[in-house]
Amino acid sequence: MADVTTTPGGSTTSGSIQVAGVPGEFAAQPADARNEAIASYDVADFPVPHGREENWRFTPLHRLKGLHDGSAEATSGAIKVDVTAPEGVLVTAVERDDARVGAAGKPVDRVAAQAFSSFGMAGLVSIPKDAQLTEPVRITIHGQGGVAYGHQVIEVGAFAEAVVVIEHTGDAVLAANVEYLIGDGAKLTVVSVQDWEDTAVHVAQHTALVGRDATFKSVVVTFGGDVVRLHPRVIYGGTGGEAELYGLYFADAGQHLEHRLFVDHDTPHCRSNVAYKGALQGQDAHAVWVGDVLIRAEAEGTDTYELNRNLLLTDGARVDSIPNLEIETGEIVGAGHASATGRFDDEQLFYLQSRGIPADEARRLVVRGFFAELVQQIGLPELQERLIEKIDAELEASVGAGAA
Amino acid sequence: MATLEIRDLHVSVEAENGPREILKGVDLVVKQGETHAIMGPNGSGKSTLAYSLAGHPKYTITSGAVLLDGEDVLAMTVDERARAGVFLAMQYPVEVPGVSVSNFLRTSATAIRGEAPKLRTWVKEVKEAMAGLQMDPAFAERNVNEGFSGGEKKRHEILQMELLKPKIAILDETDSGLDVDALRVVSEGVNRVRETGEVGTLLITHYTRILRYIKPDFVHVFAGGKIVASGGPELADQLEENGYEQYVKGGAAE
Repeated sequence: MADVTTTPGGSTTSGSIQVAGVPGEFAAQPADARNEAIASYDVADFPVPHGREENWRFTPLHRLKGLHDGSAEATSGAIKVDVTAPEGVLVTAVERDDARVGAAGKPVDRVAAQAFSSFGMAGLVSIPKDAQLTEPVRITIHGQGGVAYGHQVIEVGAFAEAVVVIEHTGDAVLAANVEYLIGDGAKLTVVSVQDWEDTAVHVAQHTALVGRDATFKSVVVTFGGDVVRLHPRVIYGGTGGEAELYGLYFADAGQHLEHRLFVDHDTPHCRSNVAYKGALQGQDAHAVWVGDVLIRAEAEGTDTYELNRNLLLTDGARVDSIPNLEIETGEIVGAGHASATGRFDDEQLFYLQSRGIPADEARRLVVRGFFAELVQQIGLPELQERLIEKIDAELEASVGAGAA
Repeated sequence: MATLEIRDLHVSVEAENGPREILKGVDLVVKQGETHAIMGPNGSGKSTLAYSLAGHPKYTITSGAVLLDGEDVLAMTVDERARAGVFLAMQYPVEVPGVSVSNFLRTSATAIRGEAPKLRTWVKEVKEAMAGLQMDPAFAERNVNEGFSGGEKKRHEILQMELLKPKIAILDETDSGLDVDALRVVSEGVNRVRETGEVGTLLITHYTRILRYIKPDFVHVFAGGKIVASGGPELADQLEENGYEQYVKGGAAE
């Protein structure tokens, strides 16, 4: 049986809260952890997780290859990082005492802190203020086997506009922090593709500090890896900031793909929109999606919405989808969330097959359509095309007769 | 000449208290070029017949045979039946989010024809068929059946019939929910295909209204899971006047 678990707020929920005037109403939610949780650059401040913590309860710790308990020692040459950038963009490595390293926020879990405590030099990509990049910055991270701890800072100067594409391929055990420092009025689009081989382990915290009137658009695409656990976080540095967080994932048999998002509305008149969609197939394919949105008392005028949709293509796959919305002020524009997990719709399959389309192809068409809906929202034609190509390649390789 | 033969077809569905028989021995022969209207009250099993022929997994064939030119249709998968030339225009076509009409039509035509249609002639073909059904060209970029009105869904079904050129077309209550204008446009589409003489049509309907636009060669009254009377177009006129009452006495129509 396909197993769908949903949790406090309930998964197959669809909710929209226009204005909530009673902060206490949400106190029953378990994870006020957000306010009080440990945040530190030092791994020693975090106890080794044992798996029952709210934060870790879905993650198969025994498959993290020691990233969580200090036993994973960095090995040289574990990953190869290449950066190509248009002229005018500064690409360099900096020491950990550089002011920009850690500027977006502290690590909030043991593995992120381990990465922060263990990396050598931090990668820096700096886009000067007012720059309008015509080409994306490309960062390729190729795993060559072994353990690595990484740190990457992407700094976008005021009123600059840039697209950054980060691609992960190969095999590695990687823990990393990525920081996006987005200047006032700047626009940054980041596409992070996890196209690992199926033995890789990847745990990372992505923290964006969105400046005044700045726009941050994130597209996370996770297809490969044995365990991938990403923690995209958004913090606003000034009013008028906008964050759009999109995600696509496809979990095959045995894969654990976990996306935990946190949007911290700590500043008035900011906007956030989260939309993640995933498909799963095969025995013990497991996807976890946690969407935490906190609207603090001072964040008047906030407008936020988050959505997670999952499509179970076969029995034996499992989804945990947990939207959490915590609202401490009633003076907001809107706040809502929706989460739904459904099985592959046999009526869609019948309809397509009744038009002569073989079952495999029909299945691919439906899943492609499921993702395409989201890709269409991203709004960058050249990226859309590449993403659809990636999705097609993934579906071609994985959605076949075996899925019936 | 393509011939669809339905012999003593019995079909059940899973109900709460075990399987329930809906079709109780249907016999019918439909030849290419012919149009058969199947008329019956609600719940008589008309739609079950349509979906069983197309191979919907909800229905279990318990006995009988369906042959298309001697080939065993019941042994074919749903897509094999379509490729063999069976087409079902559905009463409630389903939405397929994220799949555009143009992509869907081309994928389907490629499957049915065995090769991808040449792009240039294909575009023209689709355009003309859409124009014939008074469909806005922008329609092709919408997602399949998503947000379509009742009339748009039916036009889209008949558009597929025109493009896929089946040997046997089953139209399941294509007239339901259509206003007079839409009914006329949709019927004209069906007639264009019929006029080729290449299609055998099984027109399933509750009302005689559509028969003013699509003239059947044969009319069958369906009640209680089988055909209880057959005749020419005059039978439809009788039904128009007297309704189904005489056929459903004694609860035969369930």
